Amino acid sequence: MSFLPLSRRSLLKAGAAGLAAAALPMGFARAQSPVTIGAVYVGPRDDFGWNQAHSVAMEILKGVPGVTVVEEENVPETDAVTQSMESMINLDGANLILATSFGYYSPFVVELAKKYPDVEFRHAAPLWKDTDPKNAGSYFPYLNQAHYVNGVAAGLASPTGKIGFVAAKPIPSVLSNINSVLLGARSTNPNATVQVIFTGEWSLPVREAEATNALVDAGCDVITCHVDSPKVVIETAEGRGVKTLGHNASQAPLAPKGFITGAEYKWETIYKGYADNIAKGEPLPNFMVGGYNNDMLRNTAYGAGATPEAIKAADAAIAELVKGTPIYAGSLKDNTGKVVIDKSYDNYDPFLDGMNYLLEGVQGSLT
Amino acid sequence: MMESAFVTVLIAMLGGAIRVSTPFMFVGLGECLTEKSGRINLGLEGNLVLGAMVAYAVSYLSGNPWVGVLAAGGSGLVLGALHGYICKLPKVNDIAVGIAIMSFGTGTAFFFGKPFIQPTAPRLDAIHLGDWTGNAALAQALQVNPLFFVGIILAVAMSWAFANTRWGLIVRMTGDSAASARAMGVSVDLVRFLTTAAGGFLAGVGGAFLSLYYPGSWNQGLSSGQGLMAVALVIFARWDPIRCIWAALLFGAAGAIGPSLQSIGISQGYYFFNAAPYILTLFIMIASARSKGAAREVPGELSITK
Repeated sequence: MSFLPLSRRSLLKAGAAGLAAAALPMGFARAQSPVTIGAVYVGPRDDFGWNQAHSVAMEILKGVPGVTVVEEENVPETDAVTQSMESMINLDGANLILATSFGYYSPFVVELAKKYPDVEFRHAAPLWKDTDPKNAGSYFPYLNQAHYVNGVAAGLASPTGKIGFVAAKPIPSVLSNINSVLLGARSTNPNATVQVIFTGEWSLPVREAEATNALVDAGCDVITCHVDSPKVVIETAEGRGVKTLGHNASQAPLAPKGFITGAEYKWETIYKGYADNIAKGEPLPNFMVGGYNNDMLRNTAYGAGATPEAIKAADAAIAELVKGTPIYAGSLKDNTGKVVIDKSYDNYDPFLDGMNYLLEGVQGSLT
Repeated sequence: MMESAFVTVLIAMLGGAIRVSTPFMFVGLGECLTEKSGRINLGLEGNLVLGAMVAYAVSYLSGNPWVGVLAAGGSGLVLGALHGYICKLPKVNDIAVGIAIMSFGTGTAFFFGKPFIQPTAPRLDAIHLGDWTGNAALAQALQVNPLFFVGIILAVAMSWAFANTRWGLIVRMTGDSAASARAMGVSVDLVRFLTTAAGGFLAGVGGAFLSLYYPGSWNQGLSSGQGLMAVALVIFARWDPIRCIWAALLFGAAGAIGPSLQSIGISQGYYFFNAAPYILTLFIMIASARSKGAAREVPGELSITK
């Protein structure tokens, strides 16, 4: 095992990074160790969804002096990801690996972290435990905060207060997004409702389009979703002449007439932090969660579907979330009438991670 | 309330049948033609995906979606001809080649389709047949793409041609007994090559419908196995073009049940309702495959029945 990656390729890269650093007036990267970040994506980088959100952040990182970015897309959650990560470490000299899909973590990231103790591994889902290797870790922003802001805007931008939600599977993070849209909408329109259709799969374009049509036919005039690639849902809704709320990445270009705003990750905050830690030789945090209060989320720039009141209310909601005002302020009932939230919970309270209900005001069921 | 909910589901099923059925129709008709000549092409899923990509790309680059449709048909024609040519070689198994073509078609589409995921291409327009009803849902359900009608006309024409033309007779004869065809002086290989290529063309057009009309965008998860299901539809429709149309419509309508039931508030058991098309197919298969007529209608030369 070589401790110095002295391949010609990495020498050239290091030289180029050094030159770039020397040319900098502020000397930001001077005397700091070079950072090579390898990111692995489960799907295409330009899917208008989860993978694109990560890729956008990596593009921003490319502009940071001293940072080299290596990316690989369409890597399945199998042994293939081990090979991708190992080649990034051995051939590209990556000292930080970002594994962005849920199924990459165990056993692939955990095993590789043991094999390469000098390389840092971070995974985009809250799975890291104290017993896992110290050079591994998790990061995860709570997107439901941004969906809450979506709801706040939709409550005022929707003439009828009926919001349609195309959801993939009834897992806690999806349910929390649905419930947060409802609570946001109810904060500006107490009569607002959310109607949800589960497709049962993360990516089924034809059924997503059918579900969108069914929601519009049922009278919903704002449509949002939680599926892998929101492109089909947003385009179909725009074609039906209703308003839309985005998810994961910016879908604003897909809906020039009806786009209100969208819930987006701001991965670059986390990634820049990591790059900075490595450059300065500091330890990387093992577990990071966040939201508006630590700049890990953003809402897409308001589109033509947003009204002035909606924009004002949404901006105010973001200001509240930055302060840490809780979204789940009880007591709240689920849509079968049972009290499921007895008091106010902090936005990062582990109690909320086990969400397995739809709140009163949401039409739909989990099974 | 109950009644209007029922009407909502019915309208959704009508709309679903019209919107979702077209790719099934085209792939099914293409496969029907190929199988009538005694060959099976399982690779039409590949034609469908490649057709979807080519249609989107050409529509984006040329600005005319109909040029995209033609180009999609062309790409399907090439894949179909490839299948037809390889199967002409001695001791080649058409089912194995079909699976290879499927992987080749989808792989090629993913490779070249990369730069076309982001841009928005001009799409096919619908004919608004339901605007006079004054009912928004019904008007929406009755927005019909011209390709839907092309598919129906094609099915009628095929059905007529099989029964009434010399060409139709030759295709059927090749499919039922290669020896008789040879005795008549017909080149079995040439007939099968042509029907496979033509079938591939139709499957490519079916792909164009997916990317240019409904759902109307290109990405790698666009076809969730429609091409494979359409091949099964042909067996279900017992090699009759008109019945292919009914089967495709049934599949589309059944697929709309799941989402529309959730939209009217019947949200329990959506996994079950989403499986409706398959459950329905299973029952109709059991009911129809047992008839004596079914055995008579299978082309005698198909490698699965030989």
